Amino acid sequence: MQMHSLAFDISHTLAGGLVLISFMMLYQDRLYSLLNVFALHALVLAMSVAWQAFIQDAPHLYLTAVIALVFKAIVIPVALHRIVKRLGIHRDIESAVGIGPTMLAGMGLVALSMVLMLRVTADADPLAREDLAFALSVVLLGLLVMVTRRNAVSQVVGFMSLENGLVLAATGAKGMPLVVEISVAFSILIAFIVIGIFLFRIRERFDSVDVSALDDFRGERR
Amino acid sequence: MMSAVVLQMACVAGLLGLAVLAIVLSRSTIATAVIYSATMVMCLTALAGSLRWLLGGATDATGLILPIGLPWLGAHFRMDALAAFFLVVVNLGGAAASLYGLGYGDHEASPHRVLPFFPAFLAGMNLVVLADDAFSYLLCWEFMSLASWALVMAHHREAGNARAGYVYFVMASFGTLALLLAFGLMAGPTGDYGFAAIRNTPHTPYVAALVLILMLLGAGSKAGLVPLHVWLPLAHPAAPSHVSALMSGVMTKVAIYGFIRVVFDLLGPPTWPASVVVLGIGSITAVMGILYAMMETDLKRLLAYSTIENVGIIFVSLGLALAFQANGQKLSAALAFTAALFHVLNHSFFKSLLFFGAGAVLTSTGERDMDKLGGLIHRMPLTSFVVLVGCVAISALPPFNGFVSEWLIFQAVLQSPDLPQWALKIMVPAVGAMLALAAALAAACFVKLFGVTFLGRPRSPAAETAVEVDRYSLAAMFILAALCLLAGILPGPVMDALSPVAVEILGGRLPVQVHVPWLSIVPISESRGSYNGLLVMVFVAISASSAVYFIHRFASHALRRGPAWNCGFGDPVPAAQYSSGSFAQPIRRVFGTLLFRARDHVEMPAPGDTSPARLRIELHDLVWEKLYQPISGAVGFAADRLNRLQFLTIRRYLSLVFGTLVALLLVLAIWS
Repeated sequence: MQMHSLAFDISHTLAGGLVLISFMMLYQDRLYSLLNVFALHALVLAMSVAWQAFIQDAPHLYLTAVIALVFKAIVIPVALHRIVKRLGIHRDIESAVGIGPTMLAGMGLVALSMVLMLRVTADADPLAREDLAFALSVVLLGLLVMVTRRNAVSQVVGFMSLENGLVLAATGAKGMPLVVEISVAFSILIAFIVIGIFLFRIRERFDSVDVSALDDFRGERR
Repeated sequence: MMSAVVLQMACVAGLLGLAVLAIVLSRSTIATAVIYSATMVMCLTALAGSLRWLLGGATDATGLILPIGLPWLGAHFRMDALAAFFLVVVNLGGAAASLYGLGYGDHEASPHRVLPFFPAFLAGMNLVVLADDAFSYLLCWEFMSLASWALVMAHHREAGNARAGYVYFVMASFGTLALLLAFGLMAGPTGDYGFAAIRNTPHTPYVAALVLILMLLGAGSKAGLVPLHVWLPLAHPAAPSHVSALMSGVMTKVAIYGFIRVVFDLLGPPTWPASVVVLGIGSITAVMGILYAMMETDLKRLLAYSTIENVGIIFVSLGLALAFQANGQKLSAALAFTAALFHVLNHSFFKSLLFFGAGAVLTSTGERDMDKLGGLIHRMPLTSFVVLVGCVAISALPPFNGFVSEWLIFQAVLQSPDLPQWALKIMVPAVGAMLALAAALAAACFVKLFGVTFLGRPRSPAAETAVEVDRYSLAAMFILAALCLLAGILPGPVMDALSPVAVEILGGRLPVQVHVPWLSIVPISESRGSYNGLLVMVFVAISASSAVYFIHRFASHALRRGPAWNCGFGDPVPAAQYSSGSFAQPIRRVFGTLLFRARDHVEMPAPGDTSPARLRIELHDLVWEKLYQPISGAVGFAADRLNRLQFLTIRRYLSLVFGTLVALLLVLAIWS
């Protein structure tokens, strides 16, 4: 019982930390710092997944944790760093909505997901309930990041953090097959590659990765 | 011996196979002959099967489950007396149209647009009648609609046809939506879509009322109830004439089948307020339909409007059956129901016949406008004769079949004092008066059709050079004309053949008519009224031939040919004859001023100008202008506003997705 309670607390802390780091993403207005926070996000996710693997006694989750660590915490941030450097946009300040309203909206979203998840999953395992509520918060915050940014790179980061929320939800529930997680991980990787290629195409064409250039190209006002 | 339903399904499979064969053969010269004759054989086989079922007095229904469609449901098909009767109507019409098509199809400019869909359309109608679960029913219904839509669009380059197809498409989709909702309501939360399960489920009055309204919208839009009729006068004339005959004479009947199946069979015992709705809509449809027809100058559009009138008559009769059935008066209910079915059969005979006649006129003159025809009785005597028979039959004159069914309906109207509800006691005679008005206007309308088209002098060179049509078309028309007469003088056997349907649906039937002496029919009792078609025919024949004899015996030799008094105008041009518009003028003045906002404008030339004065008739279709134009305007307005959504920035799209997600989550959070 003591052990269970401790296990609960630790996983709770890690999932809560993930939500906190999502909040940190909301107010980063420099791309490098945003990428660093994203790497931290993925690191905490990897820890959380590893802890789940430990308490659920599910060795395959370790593999998921390793994937998260290697790809999301190292490969993708490093690659994005290089892209930002090559594009020369590391100085851009590019949030479309002010930090204050964004943070308030983020708090509202977390409150919403808590109210919703705790009520909908009233008779589920308490650990899974908390986990799902946090995961939904992370997903919604990731969407918020995508909506409040103008720069394509930061939209990619928002998308990746959204996906982290999905992985958190998947590992929190017992008995999720490994295949699902791996396929999710790989689809994200492929999405990253495709988006990266598109970034360069957009850049080639418009000399900018600000997506408003696309709108200008279509002859519309923002 | 193959069971009846298997035989029917085999014929359907044959028809579908013919549709495929027609695609293969499409450009070949023999395609027309092969497809139509094979379709006729299939229809005749199916007709024989369903007639055997209906006349054999079989009472045990047989079913067939095919492992297609929804995996847990399969496709159920079943043959019962109601289905057998409507199969007779469908396949008789189909066989006649195929025979007609053998000749008519040779004039078809693009047979590859007609041939594949013709058997498919017939197969669809057969399947709708046979379907025994909601899913197959809706699927076959849509198949039928789409096949007929393709036929409407066969001549898509002619002016107006594309619009007709579009309006038909929209109305058919709307009708199917209403049917879908009706079946969904009947299946209830358990969602068992088999008709047997729906039949055994008790329905709350609320559900029953909603289903009735949805059926009036769904089946009513296909059958042509006012104000859902707008597609019918556009689409029916746009198709090739033998297909017009099928759509008008048969497909509207399939819609009526759907209404009967749901409202009488699946919904359980009816309540009397339902009958008030059906009676009201039916009588308005009957009167409005024939008034529209009266205003029309296009031959095929006139016939399509007349179909609306006849559908109204059938719905009035069904409403009477509902009223009597709700009050447990089985005999009167059986009378009204039998009358409705009899009229279904009759209308399929004479409406097909008249559309064939219109097609014959169209092929030999290329004209559909009555004001450009005239005098065809001299150039097309056989066609004129059969069209006259059709006109007399549809005008409900004895000794033809139209009289018998309308007489039966009025017999049912006369039973209304027995109804306990005062609302019905007052309403039914009023509805009877409306029916009488519709019948009288129908007679006037068909006098106009025949008189303007076939009598007088030709109004155009095309009408002057018309020639008689081919023998296949004539054969089809003569067979239908003979059936009109036969059902008119021998109504007893027909009514007896319909009694299994009444027994199955209402649990009551009319007395056996074959045993009544002298081939009379006595629906209720001798004191309430009886009719003998044969006697009337013999009387008509004897009096007419004696009149002819006496005229020729005593007056012919005194015949002198002299100049007719020409009112002081020498050599009037043919255009100065009574035209369709001038024939309809009194009725237009009386009814049209209010209902169509009809106005006559005389445009006088200025003094000194030698051009003729012109009479212009202004008519408004108020249903279209007041109901459909506002709806289409609102849809267009909303579409214009929503069009902006197509040109948002990427971030706005993301925000839209995000906002929707959050809104849905909020709803869930507040709701649960």
